[in-house]
Amino acid sequence: MKTPFPFSAIVGQTEMKQAMILTAVDPGIGGVLVFGDRGTGKSTAVRALAALLPPIKAVESCPVNASKTSECPDWAELGSKKIVTRPTPVIDLPLGATEDRVVGALDIERALTRGEKAFEPGLLARANRGYLYIDEVNLLEDHIVDLLLDVAQSGENVVEREGLSIRHPARFVLVGSGNPEEGELRPQLLDRFGLSVEVKSPNDVAERVEVIKRRDAFEVDFDAFMAHYGAEDAKVRNTILAARKRLPKVKTPDALLSDCAALCIALGSDGLRGELTLLRTARALAAYQGDKTLTRQHLRDIAPSALSHRLRRDPLDEAGSGARVARIVDEVLE
Amino acid sequence: MSTPSTSWDRAALALRLLCVQGADLTGAVIRMRAGPDRDRVLAQLKPLGMRKIHPTITDDQLFGGLDLAATLSASQVIENKSFFHSKCNALLTMAERCGPDLAAKLAQQLDAGDGHLIVALDEGAEPDEHAPAALVERFALCIDPEGRMPAGWPDMAQNPQPLDPATVTTTVADIETLTTLAAVFGIDSLRAPSLALRVARAHAALHGRTAVSPDDLNAAAELAFPHRATRVPQDPDTAEEPPAPPEDTPDEDGAGDSDSFELPEGDMLVEAVKALLPPDLLAGLVPAGTTRAQTGGGAGQKRKGNRRGRPLPSRPGRLDGRARIDLVATLRAAAPWQPLRRQAVPTSASVPAGTHLHIRPSDIRLKRYQEQSDRLLIFAVDASGSAAMSRLNEAKGAVELLLGQAYAARDHVALIAFRGTEAELLLPPTRSLVQTKRRLASLPGGGGTPLAAGMQQAALLAGQSRAKGLTPTVVMLTDGRANIALDGSANRAAAQADAEKMAGLMTAQNIAALVIDMSNRPQEPLRALSARLNAPYIALPRANAERLTGAVSAALEA
Repeated sequence: MKTPFPFSAIVGQTEMKQAMILTAVDPGIGGVLVFGDRGTGKSTAVRALAALLPPIKAVESCPVNASKTSECPDWAELGSKKIVTRPTPVIDLPLGATEDRVVGALDIERALTRGEKAFEPGLLARANRGYLYIDEVNLLEDHIVDLLLDVAQSGENVVEREGLSIRHPARFVLVGSGNPEEGELRPQLLDRFGLSVEVKSPNDVAERVEVIKRRDAFEVDFDAFMAHYGAEDAKVRNTILAARKRLPKVKTPDALLSDCAALCIALGSDGLRGELTLLRTARALAAYQGDKTLTRQHLRDIAPSALSHRLRRDPLDEAGSGARVARIVDEVLE
Repeated sequence: MSTPSTSWDRAALALRLLCVQGADLTGAVIRMRAGPDRDRVLAQLKPLGMRKIHPTITDDQLFGGLDLAATLSASQVIENKSFFHSKCNALLTMAERCGPDLAAKLAQQLDAGDGHLIVALDEGAEPDEHAPAALVERFALCIDPEGRMPAGWPDMAQNPQPLDPATVTTTVADIETLTTLAAVFGIDSLRAPSLALRVARAHAALHGRTAVSPDDLNAAAELAFPHRATRVPQDPDTAEEPPAPPEDTPDEDGAGDSDSFELPEGDMLVEAVKALLPPDLLAGLVPAGTTRAQTGGGAGQKRKGNRRGRPLPSRPGRLDGRARIDLVATLRAAAPWQPLRRQAVPTSASVPAGTHLHIRPSDIRLKRYQEQSDRLLIFAVDASGSAAMSRLNEAKGAVELLLGQAYAARDHVALIAFRGTEAELLLPPTRSLVQTKRRLASLPGGGGTPLAAGMQQAALLAGQSRAKGLTPTVVMLTDGRANIALDGSANRAAAQADAEKMAGLMTAQNIAALVIDMSNRPQEPLRALSARLNAPYIALPRANAERLTGAVSAALEA
């Protein structure tokens, strides 16, 4: 596997980059959905994310990346119980992946050769404490979507099949990308994503030239390029780590809570997930920017990503829901 | 600048580049039907040692997995090797049949950058039959030669020993040229200029140059851009105003400032690429930036059903009385578990050891088929006072006639009437002639023209029916004199504005439409509206039911 293109070398697309960084600061935000045309850097950003994320500490042989031996699931046969540092898992869920591969199944190899009943963990187990990335998420088959909805909600994967009864933690940040021209996403799945961003190709020629230049430098002069942007990535990583420490101490004035509620009421978003995500993301942003108290500016910055996919569709609004959120944010927050 | 090249010369050049620098260029799509010409083209790729992939390849074959037959017979685990376990050159046959899931998996392999090369053979005969866009987008080259192969092809001059493309230097100006050129042709994706740069570098290396020359840029532009272009750049000299793209296309901003792009290389590159654009683009048939999935023509969209159509790979499921079991796949799924299950079930007199197959519900595999979905014609009929009552009767007659045809063509029909302040769904989607006649007879007339409300109702119904697997086409019969706005107020300007907004919305939802002008003189605003809808506009001032039916059928089959 080639080293992915570095995250900090991605030109523009600030909203997408910000959304991804914030889920790294607070994984509880619940995932990012990236919608946009082809060739806008969606896949590049997700693959770059893996190299950017701070490493995690995990039991070496644990199939679900548990941090302590006591947290390893009981069905796992642990070999080495050493605690090792490993990169945050970013697991690809390919379209057309079978249910077996996603949730795990009976270990067919051991069943055949030794006649033993053992569980072979699937992608959900490997993604625990990390990221699960679905490219072309809008083309995912319905039965896999149903599975994901359930697991993303409960944070636990339960397998009851072929005589197995297995459960293991599956807490992951869901990252989806897709091209809206190819199909819509079911609202239930849409709602599970904490943030959604729309990406577009830059219209500015200078910016486009810069994208190609960096890509070219990455391919031709790999070492020098990585030396520079590797250091940039490290800076972002350190800021993420610092932000994680700061996050619990970010103060939230009561006035901002009512701002959140007022915003969501004005936008008519369904359920309370909107408010919760808005607040959580704004706090992550404050922590990332090094602020100690939440301000209206944080809400303003984050509202389009956190809320635009939770609105009911307005058939007469052509500007897109992002613009609608921005307009209402201006109205509510003066 | 090189001499003008034929499409076969370019094909030869592309093939040569693939052979020399294949992995760097990630791949190519070859648009040719099977035949001796294509065989000779493919023969050029022989040095690459292509391995074939077919569109229904399973995950096991693609990514490796347990080889069941071998494992069972050898009683030890034997695994298939993954197709992509090492650097590989793959030939995807029948690429136009390749589904989005396989395309996504292959794209993922290309993105990983392990030096794989994929050549897709696209045999698509119909305009909407083509290799998946997600894949073609990632390929640098498109080989689409026209006409017969010239004698003596490929006529390639013997080149000096090619250099390593990594040693070829490019300047910022080269990058700017290719990026700007892509922008001029309305190519939004940034993969295009990036891939073109690789082509330029490979071309330079092929000719033994250590720096990219204008010739290389020219070749790169000719090979990488024409099939991606979404817009024809306008000559600044010709005073003729270009047909304005519909205002609601996503890249409106990009289209607006196309004049501000300045090419350092002058217009020669633009001309070179422009000469190679596909003819339907030149004819302005494809509006900038839009990729309409389908228009009203032909049969409905494909969808996955479970009873009829072309077979798809089976998948696990539960027998619910509607689906059909795939017996062979089910047995195959059950086979490896037999030793285990025999152990679990105690042998008894009624079940002697080793004579029974143990099949569990999880083994069940269901057959799946892909079928063409049924088409739904939604008639939105203007029943206002301005549309004369007689016209309404003609419309009613046309609906009945079309329904008769639709019955043969397995189309469904729905009827919406709008008058006064609102639109009403008079006839939900149906194929029943009797029901239609009864409902049509009760269609009242008179009142204002709430055009926007009618369109809204039609769009709503189209969306709902699409969710049910139908492929909707909206047929609007109106005189276009909208005078009732969506909120019910009698305001001509607001009504017109609302109608245009609804048109934009319907275009955004890719709803195919057809506008029939039934007023005595053709209405210009209605023609503009139909342009916004991307819909054919038919003026039928003195239409009777037969002519109306004929026009609709002709437009739908077009």
